[in-house]
Amino acid sequence: MKMANPLRGEVLTLYKNLLYVGREYPKGADYFKRRLKAAFLKNKDVKDPEKIRELIARGEFVIKELEALYFLRKYRAMKQRYHLEDDKTK
Amino acid sequence: MAELRALVGVKRVIDYAVKIRVKPDKTGVVTDGVKHSMNPFCEIAVEEAVRLKEKKLVKEVIAVSCGPKQCQETIRTALAMGADRGIHVEVPESEAEQLGPLQVSRVLAALAQKEKAGLVLLGKQAIDDDCNQTGQMTAAMLDWPQGTFASKLSLEGDKLTVEREIDGGLETIRLKLPAVVTADLRLNEPRYATLPNIMKAKKKKIEVVKPGDLGVDTSSRISVLSVEDPPQRTAGLKVETSEDLVARLKEAGHV
Repeated sequence: MKMANPLRGEVLTLYKNLLYVGREYPKGADYFKRRLKAAFLKNKDVKDPEKIRELIARGEFVIKELEALYFLRKYRAMKQRYHLEDDKTK
Repeated sequence: MAELRALVGVKRVIDYAVKIRVKPDKTGVVTDGVKHSMNPFCEIAVEEAVRLKEKKLVKEVIAVSCGPKQCQETIRTALAMGADRGIHVEVPESEAEQLGPLQVSRVLAALAQKEKAGLVLLGKQAIDDDCNQTGQMTAAMLDWPQGTFASKLSLEGDKLTVEREIDGGLETIRLKLPAVVTADLRLNEPRYATLPNIMKAKKKKIEVVKPGDLGVDTSSRISVLSVEDPPQRTAGLKVETSEDLVARLKEAGHV
């Protein structure tokens, strides 16, 4: 039997965390889920631990980017609704 | 060294990104099967409390929410952001509609005293009813000073300096603790409640109490007569020439 990759747990955690963040994705959770799955499947044959770590880091970067995206989206919505006097020029 | 305890109010509201639909019988808005989340201004209040704790100016952060059982999810989010424990003031769904700023401020005031909180941090208003009254009323119930619409907050000993967003500028005031502060949009950038933190938050305690246990009567004397959609914006029209434009404006009585 094949030994499980020691990074397997980390990859699964990343996938779960991405799935969770993706629930709020503007284009819908389903859209995000499909893209996410495709992205992970594309790299399923990567064996080199160095390379896997690199990919995990990329996934974590995507989470940070999504959090920033959600923050900005919410901030803009609130600003538009409650600080109208600030940007009448818009 | 820091003995200060902060009480943060969090409200569960319909998510800001959801398109609100009014019920056909005009008694309210559709909430069944609609995504809910923490009121954005409450997130800002939680973040500020957690930052004060990280600076070791606050000993403990308590997140409070009033309403039906689902409010515990909102408290959980606050715990994931860094609050230490939660209090859920349970009001059954059938009576939750009666909860207005007056009732909630009574609950918050009672809890602030029970928990010996020195700082009550709230969002300036909720995005569902847009009342902007709970903080002010809570301060009045406790007879504490208030710093509303805070865009900056600094704490030194028992003195609190609050920069407030007012029409056309900023106002800086100094308050003596205990005090009530309500958060405006620019106070901070709230952190995201990540999945690992939500999981960790499940270990934190949420105490469930009834308004009656706090000696608070939540009956309301306000009855909602009708809830309606805002008027639809009518379509614009294109004009060919400036004469045409002037004629149209005259017709509409603008010139």
